[in-house]
Amino acid sequence: MTRILPEIAATALVIFSRFITAARAIWLGCAPENRRRVYFANHTSNGDFVLVWAVLPHRLRQMTRPVAASDYWLKSRLRAFIGQQVFRAVLINRIPAERTEDPVMQMAQALDAGDSLILFPEGRRNTGEDLLLPFKSGLYHLARMRPEVDLVPVWIENLNRVLPKGEVIPIPLICTVTFGAALHLAGGETKDAFLGRAAAALRALAATTERPRA
Amino acid sequence: MIAGISAADLALLVGGLLAFLLAATGIGRMLQLRYSPDGSNAVVENLNDRIRSWWIMVVLMGIALMGGQAGITLLFAFCSFAALREVMTLQDIRRSDHWALLAAFFVALPAQYYLIYTEWYGLYSILIPVYAFLLIPIIAVLRGDTEGFLMRVAGVQWALMICVYCTSHVPALLSLDIPGYEGRNVLLIAFLILVVQTSDVAQYVWGKLLGRTRIAPNVSPSKTLEGLIGGALSAILIGVALSWITPFTPWQAGLLSFVIVMLGFLGGLVMSAIKRDRGVKDWGHLIAGHGGMTDRMDSVIFAAPVFFHLVRYGWSVT
Repeated sequence: MTRILPEIAATALVIFSRFITAARAIWLGCAPENRRRVYFANHTSNGDFVLVWAVLPHRLRQMTRPVAASDYWLKSRLRAFIGQQVFRAVLINRIPAERTEDPVMQMAQALDAGDSLILFPEGRRNTGEDLLLPFKSGLYHLARMRPEVDLVPVWIENLNRVLPKGEVIPIPLICTVTFGAALHLAGGETKDAFLGRAAAALRALAATTERPRA
Repeated sequence: MIAGISAADLALLVGGLLAFLLAATGIGRMLQLRYSPDGSNAVVENLNDRIRSWWIMVVLMGIALMGGQAGITLLFAFCSFAALREVMTLQDIRRSDHWALLAAFFVALPAQYYLIYTEWYGLYSILIPVYAFLLIPIIAVLRGDTEGFLMRVAGVQWALMICVYCTSHVPALLSLDIPGYEGRNVLLIAFLILVVQTSDVAQYVWGKLLGRTRIAPNVSPSKTLEGLIGGALSAILIGVALSWITPFTPWQAGLLSFVIVMLGFLGGLVMSAIKRDRGVKDWGHLIAGHGGMTDRMDSVIFAAPVFFHLVRYGWSVT
């Protein structure tokens, strides 16, 4: 009974995001399979995880949780409802001094419970000209803690134009979500080497998307 | 009769389309069994994809027809929305265009179709060419970003004209008042779409069979003179054969078909030039086998306003 309202809200969000973006999944390096995965994606817009979520098949969507900032998602009751009930987000505290739980441990526990995660390793929205901001170290620590989990790079194309930072109403433009081949931490790989490899995988996906010439 | 469609005409249209699609599906199946049993022949597979998509399009058109004038107007409003979404995706949009684009999608588009529905010819004819033309750059300039300004506002205006203004002249055909043809206007839409789509399909088929001489190698290498002539003749023949569902004599139907076919062909060239400049093959992926909405609509878009005005001046009393 308590899941009915969140289910309706989730379906409404998916339909709305499809109406605006005609979102399309491109499975380049892996298939939409029921495996424990960490989808790590570029982050330019508040709609990012709704879009990744919307293109996942319904069964996978029910088992995939975004990792999000608690300071944003606990600010109002509506946000808390959407964040906790609709998206079932793993809420982590971005301010180390206030933390009571280790964010990487929180993510590992969600994986242990059988769910997949959507993670934005840049840590905040990218509004600059560069394709990606430097990755935070969370992805590396998670890869070390749960080495068997697939780390799937996901490139979200165009959503930054649909809903730029500071705008409220999205404009309808077509978006694609491209899924690459899964990564794993190699034996003896350093943090910098691994994060560099993960960012390179994301950049390589970005290069495959059909984008108009500027 | 408010709907502008009589039961007999509706049955005729739906029956005719179903018979045609059943035949096409049968032929597609035979070709698949013969040439592509393992799904390896790309041409046959694409043909069957297209036929499957036609089923979906025809079912949607059928549902719209049952909704009468409101249903048809809504259907084309949705086509406009999907096309505008595709065309704007390929343009260079800056953050400062956000309000201008909101106005295009959520004010100009619904307003245009509302005016079409209420048959306010005096206003829907100038809403986008005059009022949107003036207001969109005003909204854009208020954001204070001058970089590429003319290109940006021209791009939005052009997309609105193509995707919304021109397309809306298809449902506008329902508002014409032709003596002795009352309540049958939906057949004008059927005539226009059947002639355009026959021309597209026949150009493709004749081009594949006999195509040699390329007409515009730099713009659209697949368009050939043989395809054009074969496609145009086939479509004009269909137009003449359909004259009994229109207020036109066979001669008039043939001439109007010629105009429709030529505009459709040239419109297709124009849209190809834009795709080529932007470095894409199709406008989108909305319709399996066909590409995007704009790929399916491009010929209709160019033919609709001219066909509308020719019929309005020649036959209508409004």
